[in-house]
Amino acid sequence: MISHIVRRVLQSFAVLAAMSVLVFAGVYAVGSPMDILVNPQADQNEIARATAALGLDRPLPEQYFIFIGRALTGDLGKSFAFNVPAIGLILERMPATLELATAAMLIAVLLGIPLGLWAGLKPRSGAGKAIMAVSILGFSLPTFWVGLMLILVFSVWLGWLPTSGRGPTANLLGVPVSFLTLEGLRHLVLPTANLALFNLSLVIRLTRSGTREAIGQDYVRFARAKGLTETRVVGVHVLRNVLVPVVTVAGVEFGSVIAFAVVTESIFAWPGMGKLLIDSINVLDRPVIVAYLCIVVALFVAINLAVDLAYSWIDPRVRLGEAR
Amino acid sequence: MRLVRILVAGSLLWTLPVRGADLRIGLAADVTSMDPHFLSIAPNINIAWHVFDALTHVDEDARLVPGLAVSWRAVDATTWEFRLRRGVRFHDGTELTAEDVLFSIERTSQVPGGQFRTFTQRILGKEIVDAHTLRFKTATPYAMLPYDLNSVFVVSKKAAARSGAEDFDSGKAMIGTGPFRFVRFARGDRVELARNDSYWGAQGGKSAAWEKVIFRIVPTDPARLAGLLSGEFDAIEQVPTADLARIRRDARMQIAQKVSWRTIFFYLDQYRDRAPGLADKAGRPLERNPFRDLRVRRALSKALNRQAIAERLMDRAAIPASNLVSPPVFGHAQDLAPELYDPDGAKRLLAEAGYPEGFAMTLSATNNRYVNDEQIAQAAAQMLARVGVRARVEALPVNAYLPKGRKGEFAFAMFGWGSFSGDLALRALVATANADKGFGTFNWSGYSNPRVDELLERAFSSVDERKREALARDAMRLAMRDYAVIPLHHQVTTWAMRKPIAYAPRTDEFTFAHHFRVP
Repeated sequence: MISHIVRRVLQSFAVLAAMSVLVFAGVYAVGSPMDILVNPQADQNEIARATAALGLDRPLPEQYFIFIGRALTGDLGKSFAFNVPAIGLILERMPATLELATAAMLIAVLLGIPLGLWAGLKPRSGAGKAIMAVSILGFSLPTFWVGLMLILVFSVWLGWLPTSGRGPTANLLGVPVSFLTLEGLRHLVLPTANLALFNLSLVIRLTRSGTREAIGQDYVRFARAKGLTETRVVGVHVLRNVLVPVVTVAGVEFGSVIAFAVVTESIFAWPGMGKLLIDSINVLDRPVIVAYLCIVVALFVAINLAVDLAYSWIDPRVRLGEAR
Repeated sequence: MRLVRILVAGSLLWTLPVRGADLRIGLAADVTSMDPHFLSIAPNINIAWHVFDALTHVDEDARLVPGLAVSWRAVDATTWEFRLRRGVRFHDGTELTAEDVLFSIERTSQVPGGQFRTFTQRILGKEIVDAHTLRFKTATPYAMLPYDLNSVFVVSKKAAARSGAEDFDSGKAMIGTGPFRFVRFARGDRVELARNDSYWGAQGGKSAAWEKVIFRIVPTDPARLAGLLSGEFDAIEQVPTADLARIRRDARMQIAQKVSWRTIFFYLDQYRDRAPGLADKAGRPLERNPFRDLRVRRALSKALNRQAIAERLMDRAAIPASNLVSPPVFGHAQDLAPELYDPDGAKRLLAEAGYPEGFAMTLSATNNRYVNDEQIAQAAAQMLARVGVRARVEALPVNAYLPKGRKGEFAFAMFGWGSFSGDLALRALVATANADKGFGTFNWSGYSNPRVDELLERAFSSVDERKREALARDAMRLAMRDYAVIPLHHQVTTWAMRKPIAYAPRTDEFTFAHHFRVP
């Protein structure tokens, strides 16, 4: 167990190093941020001075090693656009994204598993078919369009919910959150629904196909033959087997929902990390891009680790650390 | 987006919530910092103008008017004297003095990464004559100082000394003399302001109709519009041209429009013997650069139907351009008329220049910077095709576009420029590149005309405004007759708001809460 975790952490450092080289070279290939952020009234000397002040006039390898040197002391640089440390900027935006992503995944899992089970157990019923139809729509409609439609129907036509923004926040252990106030909740509903739709559909389909497979298996028939109640058969024997792929996918998807909720955050002007990433790419704000991706890599490593641990709990055959 | 429009158009009428003296505005671009001496980008400056003032202001037509300075004059060829307004108080109650102005000017060169040094670097000597009089010395006669100081916000020395970016973002150092006091900045989300009831510009009345102003940052166009339609915002800026008709039809809404200082034009490579992307129709690279021939430049200009682009593609939110600056702006030469659409004349000129069969080129443009930029490029390419010039459109996001432009990778490319005087625009875009003089910083067409340069130098050293404007116009005429660049149109900026609120629209595109009124 311990050796497994240590191995994972070491792997993640290798990934971080490779990623930082790629991002550095990539942003450098696009061009100098000075060309975008420059004051149009500035003269050539002023532009050269500003470029030198940010160290952007040096050769790429030199810039990279300066960055690595500082990064090892925990300093990932200051944002060119916001004039504050990149890490602080990202951490400031993180609660908004985490809240949105958590709410979306909760909806996806808590609604998706029961609906998927239902559709799997009674595939020919009207409800089962309806559930599948909705999940197909959820898969195929583009997030951007769905977001606009949600705004149109619930904000513009019905006037029930706000169109955008995060609304007032309350502090929970020093972290600003929306879900503690009614107004905050109202702001949370539409973006959450928008973000949850795809994953809800995904979980429904996974659960359904897993259920369909499981109920034909010998152990389920055997459990039924033993005279166990349907609740126990489905709730324990079927569900446990169904959950393994669902947990994997939900874990991976949770990571992507946090890291790349860009579309939803942009449409609803949600002040989260995804929007920060897009804004930063637009002005080639390299410190923020690099810091952001470092955090995302770390996040994915942590989530994958959590998924592995969850596996071994759900499926006793999986033993961490024994695999060679 | 089109679908949204159709669906929204079918929406039912309902009553908008009536709010008290709050104004909620949807902004189109992200505000990155509160520090008024950090980045010189429009969203940041827009907010700064609410909390701070500068020595000189500009009016709705982008003309210079008194601000914190009631008057200024050139004492001698290299000395400017500014007289400060008396009795102006900062938001913390302290009185504005020459010390604060001096401190603000010095601060522009001390902020790490700050871009406002550009506006103060020519000031070599600073002298406080008395608490309300300042003198600035420049090395050479420099007429632009009052213009440059329009960009230097005056902060309170007491509040801003030893303050960093964080202190401005938190509000600790956000003490200005402007019409609004700073309340809160939530990055990526909103800026909240409250009225300054003792604003000097209010002249006994109220500085604004609004006690509280909330700027919400909503860069996605449909979401910003939805916010207005649902009553969440009282006003929004930068309405997409595709939605103009829809808002005009809505009885609850009204729009305010004004020609912007932003001019859209094409620059063409005139300095290299061979320019990238130029070939004959068979694909063989051209032996010589056709853009160096005035007849070819004129032909390409005649091939563009500016009227059609302005009316149809821009939904009339543009006016055809003949100048590098728009009509209200200082130095606009009114006698220049937009080039008339004349495809036959264009073909004749091309044949005369030795290109009866035309040629092929790459037309480079942005796809997320100027209003409808990519569509304009496509339309221009089709118009050029009609006179035999085959243009392949290459549209790039601005973050990839500008670095390529600076490296000289484009031969024929779209560009946009906003400037509050003609000589400033010419200095950046068509003057012969010279780092020490600050000429030609964005002269990516490589145009060079010693006579234009000379006129500009004379304009910048002429402290007599009338003489300076005449010189700026002369330089404009020369450059435009040479087709140094091919001007296309001036954008028209649009604000939309719910009735009965009205806005006094501005050429500089800024969205000022204190200029929204209820008649």
